[in-house]
Amino acid sequence: MADKTKATGMLAELKDGPYPSFVKEIEAAAEKNEMAQDLIGLLELSYNEKLCHWKHGGIVGVMGYGGGVIGRYVDVPEEFPNVSHFHTLRVNQPAAWFYKTEALRKICDIWEERGSAIMNIHGSTGDIILLGTTTAQLEPVFSELTKLGFDLGGSGSVLRTPSCCVGPARCEWAMFDTLKFAYEHTMKYQDELHRPYFPYKFKFKFSGCPNDCVASIARADMSFIGTWRDDILVNQDKVLWYANEKKLDIQEIVVDRCPTKCMEWDGKELHIDNRNCSRCMHCINVLHLALKPGKDRGCTILIGSKAPILEGAQLSSVLVPFMRMEPPYAEDEATAEDLPELIDNIWELWGEEGKNRERVGEFIQRIGMGNFLDAIGLEPAAEMVSHPRTNPYVFYELGEEDEEEEDE
Amino acid sequence: MADMVSVDEVAEAMFKLIKDAAGQKQYKAMDLQKAMIELFPDRVDKKLCKESIKKLINSGRCIYTYFGGSYIELPHVEGAANPDE
Ligand code: SF4
Ligand code: SF4
Repeated sequence: MADKTKATGMLAELKDGPYPSFVKEIEAAAEKNEMAQDLIGLLELSYNEKLCHWKHGGIVGVMGYGGGVIGRYVDVPEEFPNVSHFHTLRVNQPAAWFYKTEALRKICDIWEERGSAIMNIHGSTGDIILLGTTTAQLEPVFSELTKLGFDLGGSGSVLRTPSCCVGPARCEWAMFDTLKFAYEHTMKYQDELHRPYFPYKFKFKFSGCPNDCVASIARADMSFIGTWRDDILVNQDKVLWYANEKKLDIQEIVVDRCPTKCMEWDGKELHIDNRNCSRCMHCINVLHLALKPGKDRGCTILIGSKAPILEGAQLSSVLVPFMRMEPPYAEDEATAEDLPELIDNIWELWGEEGKNRERVGEFIQRIGMGNFLDAIGLEPAAEMVSHPRTNPYVFYELGEEDEEEEDE
Repeated sequence: MADMVSVDEVAEAMFKLIKDAAGQKQYKAMDLQKAMIELFPDRVDKKLCKESIKKLINSGRCIYTYFGGSYIELPHVEGAANPDE
């Protein structure tokens, strides 16, 4: 009889090469776990037949929650009875994915006993993904996870598990406390996370600076990206050190690659026209000992990005060019009052008018950004326009102050 | 505003809607909210609707389902399910 713990054929080929292999991991799990054994068999069947044998389940879950469990069954349960049910659980990760080793061991123990012993840290949503268990094990797993202090994350038409970059825990560029902000939003919107109320999914992602390590500009319906309003802090001695000691070609590597061409270098001093800087972080990343973001820090809020699922990929558009981020966030007017009001207005409008399975970015495209801003009560701003200097459809009208200046 | 309807009354009205439409139409949370606002003009609001849905779900009379979008339905065995081991 064939060894059920070993992959063969095409599946075995995926163990070759210097790269980590999911097949090796499933084999290791299969030493002790029958679900993992049948998973190997099922995958081999799929590879040979070029057919997917998974069926999507839409009902399984834990009591009271509308998300966190993704139902899966196989269409050949007689052949592979141990993966007849193979549901996925999403577990809400701690902010910026910090764990005590003890916590991880305990999650693994639960999953070895009650699931396939195969997990994915972390899924693209940010959650811990526990892959494969039966319907009967869902409530016991959930109960044991909650005893450990973990909760399920989001799936379906809910607020998905908020995620954030490592922020001030390890990174000098963080303009705000991404971990605290992500945690507070997770706690504040528990109902929205577990009880589907939206036309489709909605994601918050928090990045501490424009390097955007959680790719919020591409992946979040509402992206929060740290920024600053004042001038970049320049230490000219250190700039010279880069040029003379490190032999860095400042003109080519820094100045010529500035996207708004707002820098000049005369061989002795670096000049930045801060009014035209788009805060992209490029020069700061390269000359990190010489340049620092300004001190008037906060975040930019953007809206509408998504990966290609039903329709094509979209990047976010600026919604709030600058929001003050003063801790404690739960007490400052900007983060404690203005922001929740903005979020509510967006959810209300999209909830009422959005079509089934229409992401907020697609909704905005359908009704137009102008109408969207009008309906949620936000004034348009130049920062919302991509390439405002060259966009022929944008007209600036002089305000009173500008007119006075012109008259002088 | 006229007197508000109770959470129980709204939950009951939602349940009836879901039950009568079972197998023919699936309701999302927002559909139920809109239907309740139409049924009880000026006497329900969003918060009350959310409370009523919570009640229906927590009591087990209804469940959340996911078929492309998330719906609220009567508990039933789904087509894709394999029998429990
Ligand atoms: S996004 Fe910025 S602050 Fe966050 S980890 Fe990356 S570089 Fe650091
Ligand atoms: S942050 Fe970006 S836009 Fe601003 S000066 Fe540096 S390279 Fe130019």
